[in-house]
Amino acid sequence: MKAPASWIREYVDLPDDVTTEDLTARLTALGLKLEAIESASAGITGPLVVGKVLTMEPEPQKNGKTINWCTVDVGDANGTGEPQGIVCGAHNFVPGDLVVVILPGGVLPGNFQISARKTYGHLSAGMICSARELGLGEDHDGIIVLPADAGEPGTDAFDVLGLREEVIEFEINPDRAYALSLRGIAREAALAYDAPFHDPADRDVPSPNDAGHPVVIDDPVGCPMFVARKVTGFDPAAPTPDWMATRLQQAGMRPISLAVDVTNYVMLETGRPIHGYDADKLQGPIRVRRATEGETLTTLDGALRTLSPEDLVVTDDSGIIGLGGVMGGETTEMSSTTTNVLVEAAHWDATSMFRTGKRHKISSEAGKRNERGVDPVITPAAADRVVELLTTYGGGTADPGVTVVGSAPERPQITISYDLPARVSGMDIDAATTVTNLEAVGCALVKDDTTLTATPPPWRPDLNDPFDLVEEVARIVGYDNVPSVLPREAAGRGLSREQRLRRRVGRTLAGAGCVEVISFPFVGEAAFDALGLPADDVRRTTVRLANPLSSEEPSYTTTLLPGLLKAAARNLGRGASGVSLFETGTVAFPVDRGPAPIYGVDWRPSDDELAKLLEALPEQPLHLAVVLAGERERAGWWGEGREAGWADAIGLVRRLGTELGVEIEVVSTSRAPWHPGRCAQVRVAGVELGHAGELHPKVCAAFGLPARAAAVEIDLDLLMKHTRDVTPGPDFSTYPQAKEDVALVVAADVTTAEVEAALREGAGELLESIRLFDVYTSEQLGADKKSLAFALRFRAPDRTLTEEETAGARDAAVALAAERTGAVQRS
Amino acid sequence: MSGPNTDYDPVEVTPLKPEEVEAARDAAVAAIAAAADLAELKQVRIDHTGDRSPLALANREIGALPPQARKEAGQRIGQARGAVNQALAARQEVLEAEHEERMLVEETVDVTLPTDRVPAGARHPITTGSELIADIFVAMGWEVAEGPVIEAEWLNFDALNLGPDHPARTMQDTFWTDPADNHLVLRTHTSPVQARTMLTRQPPIYVVCPGRVFRTDEYDATHSPVFHQVEGLAIDEGITMAHLKGTLDHFAAQMFGEGISTRFRPSYFPFTEPSAEVDLVCFVCRGAGELDGASCRTCRGEGWIEWGGCGVVNPRVLAACGVDSERYTGFAFGMGIDRTLMFRQGIEDLRELFEGDIRFTTAFGSEL
Repeated sequence: MKAPASWIREYVDLPDDVTTEDLTARLTALGLKLEAIESASAGITGPLVVGKVLTMEPEPQKNGKTINWCTVDVGDANGTGEPQGIVCGAHNFVPGDLVVVILPGGVLPGNFQISARKTYGHLSAGMICSARELGLGEDHDGIIVLPADAGEPGTDAFDVLGLREEVIEFEINPDRAYALSLRGIAREAALAYDAPFHDPADRDVPSPNDAGHPVVIDDPVGCPMFVARKVTGFDPAAPTPDWMATRLQQAGMRPISLAVDVTNYVMLETGRPIHGYDADKLQGPIRVRRATEGETLTTLDGALRTLSPEDLVVTDDSGIIGLGGVMGGETTEMSSTTTNVLVEAAHWDATSMFRTGKRHKISSEAGKRNERGVDPVITPAAADRVVELLTTYGGGTADPGVTVVGSAPERPQITISYDLPARVSGMDIDAATTVTNLEAVGCALVKDDTTLTATPPPWRPDLNDPFDLVEEVARIVGYDNVPSVLPREAAGRGLSREQRLRRRVGRTLAGAGCVEVISFPFVGEAAFDALGLPADDVRRTTVRLANPLSSEEPSYTTTLLPGLLKAAARNLGRGASGVSLFETGTVAFPVDRGPAPIYGVDWRPSDDELAKLLEALPEQPLHLAVVLAGERERAGWWGEGREAGWADAIGLVRRLGTELGVEIEVVSTSRAPWHPGRCAQVRVAGVELGHAGELHPKVCAAFGLPARAAAVEIDLDLLMKHTRDVTPGPDFSTYPQAKEDVALVVAADVTTAEVEAALREGAGELLESIRLFDVYTSEQLGADKKSLAFALRFRAPDRTLTEEETAGARDAAVALAAERTGAVQRS
Repeated sequence: MSGPNTDYDPVEVTPLKPEEVEAARDAAVAAIAAAADLAELKQVRIDHTGDRSPLALANREIGALPPQARKEAGQRIGQARGAVNQALAARQEVLEAEHEERMLVEETVDVTLPTDRVPAGARHPITTGSELIADIFVAMGWEVAEGPVIEAEWLNFDALNLGPDHPARTMQDTFWTDPADNHLVLRTHTSPVQARTMLTRQPPIYVVCPGRVFRTDEYDATHSPVFHQVEGLAIDEGITMAHLKGTLDHFAAQMFGEGISTRFRPSYFPFTEPSAEVDLVCFVCRGAGELDGASCRTCRGEGWIEWGGCGVVNPRVLAACGVDSERYTGFAFGMGIDRTLMFRQGIEDLRELFEGDIRFTTAFGSEL
């Protein structure tokens, strides 16, 4: 909301020494936040004075233009009192006119420096200004011709043009709709300075009678009050007075025609949107009702709209003529020939206004006010003010008929105890202050011994609850007076185990050289195709968005990999030689358990109801994904670098398992987007946690990643669920260790994990550890064979093992491996 | 070895003659002194104290002497060998010291060589920033509450006094899941976590809720459809706006330095009443609005930075969430984590947080 400072001061007697900065600081503290102060003279530096054209000689030029060589009386403003010679290209003035002159040394908007300069054969000492040159509007048809009484030549033109005006832009919160008017802003200013307020809506209004245009309200809830007034014999060609056009412009509205400008002006002044009809186009009585399904209306923006039974419409005998409170219809629109105007000032139900505006996607200054709530009581006054301005500036007569149907809705009463503002705000607010401040905002009070019953003023539809009154009292006392007190110390339980574990996971990965990224969780088919997901892959079944930002990515993602792979490619594209990235984030899988219920808000839903609500939510596990691409270890003076590969990916999962105290099982599998022969299913306690390994070459190509890039994606929730609450201290023996190394030849497709498991089981309790230390293939072994060398370490808890015991355990291990995997020990 | 020879004159056994023994000793000592390094000394040790050294050989002859002569010869040899061993030990020590000194010099490396074989990793500043904030509140006895990002409409809106006709519920602001009448949204704030907490726990409640939120904003230098918020909620007996102010002042001081406090401006949020905007004293110019004669860049000369919103929990919210509003009051606050980091760390463009450029993230290390 933009408000010229002089307009505010029209309704409130502010002390003269109050600057606009002071005023806005106080209003901000009251809740009308200052956005910006614009000076109308922005960019203009004087001398800018009133000049009287003494002579003008038209001089045709070679370029076809005719310029006027003028002498202009600028009084003493030029220091000599002599007439000023100025070349002017405009022709809309005659000698004797008062004009606006900027003299040499002045500056116009756009840093246009004015100096005496030779042009068209004359020394032109200054410039006669147009509205556009002064930044006052778009009118460039000619220079500004001032009224004859504008001032003596040489008078400072800043005041004459209203250029001293400062326009204040406020950010108005949705609850303070009353401040979408000068009336409301001035009222707050009066509150801020305890200054007298002159209500522009406080006027003598003619009494309603039966002579006015007939109006019937079928839906008094949707339209509690409708006022109709008429002006006849109006001159459609009458111009909008300059002062009004200027104020409208300063308030951010474009002047259009007198009739339209007056309705807008009164809306800015009082907050009440007004609609004007061409009275001659109306047929019969006006009726306000809800639309019926399928009815249509062409609104005055030319759009044909199909109406809903919730829309409030204004009708006459011809049918629907307007979308009540939101936008008028085309058939009764005022035009350049309208001489009889019917003025509608109506009070509308805010919720209906909001819904209609939203349904038809109409956003207007009128709708903005109607949907937030307007003072219903001033409806007749607003209509009367429109009639006054129309007749004053457009001629014509006010029709004696005054239609007022319906009445302003009753306001609720709110009862509070005197100390409630103090108890809620923590400020020292006594009963007297509470009373004073509530009266200051316009509440009518009934005071009992312990409680106070307030009837909020009609312009404050936002005041409904006891705490609403607390805010009013507190903001006037001033939020700066709220003391700073820490609450009592709560016996908190610290971070949850899961929260601690998540930090641990992040630190582990960062410690392993991975950089965390956060990507947007939106995904589309293209990414799934690039990942090579089969048509029936569960990850293609997504939670779709009804209004995605991009139709290319219409879903909440089921996998973190697309975002991560793109980030990796971006880094490599920007010159990184290798990149290790990780992300933890929510993915979502739809559940088909019906819509989430909407409950009332007057009391808590039951546990069963809550359970039903939570059930409707998609599955949203926390995933962890890693991508490793390009150099994992750098080349350097120490030797060669090393490219990332499948083992790095699986190694990271194992490392996480170690950090979290969870045993990770690795099983060979095939799954997109991984290389079918280099993909591990990682498990915990036999349950799939996720996958790790080298990415499929096609996936690398699709995302622009180097070959052999590797990736991980696991369900982090599941991993954390398998951590132990309390890890028992280990028992370990200090007796000597016995070492046995065995090399086993197995078929090439037998996995290390299978052989190791058999050895471990076969070796029995004495086995302390087992570790593969070599894999060997050769022609001698055969192409379909490999040799796996394991280091077995034995130890007993209570004694030194004998050679026989160790050998026995080793042989048992090898025997079981032979039985399970066909392993043959190499001699 | 020769057998005992009782008639033998010890003086007549050449190797045991005093001058021979002395000569052997002197030769040994001279050789020891001449040994230039440990290898040479080792050879000298073999030559002069080994089995075939003159003194060892002479020693063997002692047995051949008549008993009366053995003692004297034994003493002579013993003294000579003692002197040699002493010289050896001393020389050994000297040479070892020399050797070590030389080794240390020779082993000198260029310690300025790069050592970044595995490049450093880092956690994202949003993560570490959220943790920093969480830790500030945990230190006050608060807990960290969390909830899902795809949320029931009722929890995201209705329960928070954002009625069906609240403007925030339009498609312009909120991502809805398809079909919209499933009443599921991408949460537009972390406030549903507050609602969940009140619905499932009894007061006193002191929780802070950091998390990812969504709005249908265009993506530019200061807006993102995906961003991060932290909200706080305290529900207890006797809670007032003063406790809210105290908590936020403490938070500000912890986050931005001692002496950095907040101010309130009246505002409007459906879930709080009274409501306020929170401004932070600019931690760069400390409220002056200027720095070294120029307008402060961080607060654009205002002296204050808009930080977030807050207020007293609206009793309507308490009612919907089953909290006895006669007995308890509460306060709530919320601010953008991304925005907080932008001005705390001087990040110019919000998009840097979501591009995943490792140069950006590694600059912050793993803690803020």
